[in-house]
Amino acid sequence: MDKLKADSNNYPIRIAKSSLHLLRWTAAWVATTALAGLGPGLIWDYATLPTILVVLVNLGIGFRMILQIKRYVQALDELGQKIFLNAASITLGVGIVCGPSYTLLASQKLLSFQPEIGHLIMLMALTFVAANYAGTRKYR
Amino acid sequence: MKNRFKVLRAERDWTQAQLADELRVSRQTVNAIETGKFDPSLKLAFKAARLFELGIEDIFQDEAAF
Repeated sequence: MDKLKADSNNYPIRIAKSSLHLLRWTAAWVATTALAGLGPGLIWDYATLPTILVVLVNLGIGFRMILQIKRYVQALDELGQKIFLNAASITLGVGIVCGPSYTLLASQKLLSFQPEIGHLIMLMALTFVAANYAGTRKYR
Repeated sequence: MKNRFKVLRAERDWTQAQLADELRVSRQTVNAIETGKFDPSLKLAFKAARLFELGIEDIFQDEAAF
């Protein structure tokens, strides 16, 4: 049993660590996105420089989050990667299909509320969570 | 694809968690392989063969051959 122990590594711990890193970068990205959205009106009275700085920081953290997502997927085992890929495919499809429809409804003034990109991001996030959950259940 | 993962594991008195740790995968992956829901990659199959000290064909069989 110890034959492969030399290069063995506890998978649950490895994934928990990777998830924690991803959670931190995601939280930082959400926080800086909120700051970039609310800061101009609530904190620095629409001054240009702070807005540009916060947006740049937000972009930097966003790219770091993307890198962490890549590392997280690489840390998953092959079944985990398969589940993630399926969920990502469904999410991408939902985004591509629903995005233009949403834009069309908005442009035809058929929506009773102001359309925002955040709605599409929320839809994609929920789709990914649901697809990931379904995939995990499928192979349980 | 059929496999003898469960039998070979039971013969060695290993738990799914122990086997998963040796193969560096999740327990869910070991369970999915044992129940035939998931076919492992060639890399993982070779790793399992090394661990069980058997040939790949002693662990995995093509269902079309039956």
